[in-house]
Amino acid sequence: MHFVVCAKQIPDPETPPSAFRVDESKNEVIPAQGIAPVLSQFDGIAAEAALRVKEAGADVKITVVSMGKESAQAAIKQVLAMGADEGLLLDDDAFQGGDWTTTVNVLAAAIQKLGDVDAVFCGRQAADWDMGQTGLGIAETLGWPCAILTKDVKVADGAMTVQRVLPDGVQTVKMPLPSVVTVSNELGEPRYPKLQQIMQAAKKTVTKWSAADLGIDTGSIGAGAARLKLERLFIPQTGGQVILMEGDTPQEQAANLVKALQADKVL
Amino acid sequence: MAQDVLVVGEISDGAISSTTGELIGAAKGIADGGAVSVVLLGSAAAGAASSAFEAGATRAYVGGDAAFDTFKADQWTDAVNNAIDQGSPAVVLMAQSPVGRDLGPRVAFRRNSAVAMDCVTVGVDGGVFKATRPCYGGNAQAVYSFTTSPAVATVRAKSFDPPAPQAGASGETVELPAPGDSKWDILGFEEVVTEGLQIEDATIVVSGGRGLGDEEGFRMVEQLASAFGDDKAAVGASRAAVDLGWYPVSQQVGLTGKVVTPDLYVAIAISGASQHMAGCSGSKMIIAVNRDPEANIFNSAKYGIVGDYKAVVPALIEAVKSA
Repeated sequence: MHFVVCAKQIPDPETPPSAFRVDESKNEVIPAQGIAPVLSQFDGIAAEAALRVKEAGADVKITVVSMGKESAQAAIKQVLAMGADEGLLLDDDAFQGGDWTTTVNVLAAAIQKLGDVDAVFCGRQAADWDMGQTGLGIAETLGWPCAILTKDVKVADGAMTVQRVLPDGVQTVKMPLPSVVTVSNELGEPRYPKLQQIMQAAKKTVTKWSAADLGIDTGSIGAGAARLKLERLFIPQTGGQVILMEGDTPQEQAANLVKALQADKVL
Repeated sequence: MAQDVLVVGEISDGAISSTTGELIGAAKGIADGGAVSVVLLGSAAAGAASSAFEAGATRAYVGGDAAFDTFKADQWTDAVNNAIDQGSPAVVLMAQSPVGRDLGPRVAFRRNSAVAMDCVTVGVDGGVFKATRPCYGGNAQAVYSFTTSPAVATVRAKSFDPPAPQAGASGETVELPAPGDSKWDILGFEEVVTEGLQIEDATIVVSGGRGLGDEEGFRMVEQLASAFGDDKAAVGASRAAVDLGWYPVSQQVGLTGKVVTPDLYVAIAISGASQHMAGCSGSKMIIAVNRDPEANIFNSAKYGIVGDYKAVVPALIEAVKSA
């Protein structure tokens, strides 16, 4: 079988809020100085899900696919170090400036070009924009079944069986291959590669495909094909300055806080 | 400018859910005199339609077949798609719920349109439908418009006030056909029973973080929650505290945990890292107790007490009890 893990490189979500900056004139996040981008953590968990299927005895080749610039090689290499077999970088200036639709178009075209893909594993959302629509978009575009927010994935006999995390419990769903699954943090932490695996991954060649390699209609990618228009990106003002409670003792401070909550009709 | 809006409804105890009511309220504002329709699916749909009309919907697409009783994403997508075919709405709203998270992107891609997920504001601004949503773990907010139709948006619970119901209001009912076969074969469901109030349902959430210093610190956090009332308040924890084994992962608030939107969020010894704020920034009010006056949590808090929680929280418990 052939699995694809979709991986995205993102600004480190652990960046302290004080170092988070937005260029409001360009509607862009300004990369924080000295903080390296990382693999979106949910994509690492998706890779973990795929690797667990492989370790359970399935004969699987795992290809990690990322749409991004050359720097996204680091995210690909991290999943290779975890144990994926091959890496594929989708890099073309024509891919830049789009939205989720255009990204899905690129990823779906790559999956179709790979040709023999049985299952696609995505994180439940990328931890930068937090949308959670790429996996579903790929599924809808390819006409494949999809389950989201899963904590366990098994693949056998031409079908994928997943456990979906719901507010009141866990639902087990079986769907035929080829299929798409998005994986949630309830699956558990992704494995940490050993030094030897990191060194081996560093030596692996990552295949690169451009728009021409994909044979994709350039009218379906990039800024011109985006359907969502980012009108404004801003850091929200949090309702003004915090009011620190006065008082010589914790008891006085606590009493003043309760009075303030009562005045606001919260209590 | 009047435009038609479609709401994907969810049913709870035979009537529309509270969140569906909020969405109908938002839809009325966006429609500006246009039709507000609601899709209702499952054997309770016909009964729930009357509650949708009372909330202000003018039309209900009712798929009453019992096969809709269990959510199957492909069948529900087909049904919503059918309603869009019939009504040609300019805007489709759904909740940021397990159903909406699944259907929003499917419907958008099926219609060759786009979706904005987990919006906190949706509305018409200068004649254009816009959706505002938190991103970057709540550090930023993005405002989107759409170049395609219908604009699809999922909306966070409690972002809008539900409209006052108009008793006896009625509307048009349109039957939707029974679903076709699903690719989903549901093999089972294991209910997870959490004792007491669910953290997502609580009107007050009291959370503890790494600054508590040890697991015992959570006993004090629990006592404060109890002082607010066991029927109102639940206990949450930061990821750092959960990772240290101090509190169960089911209570984790943040990007990789639960997203809560209570009326009051009480952060005890929590620094306020971005990934934590992603889980609580939708709270109506945040208050914080922290030893560090520079802690990021104070940037989001309305009220704060700077001090050692071991002294402050017991005082707060007494003050709340005697309030």
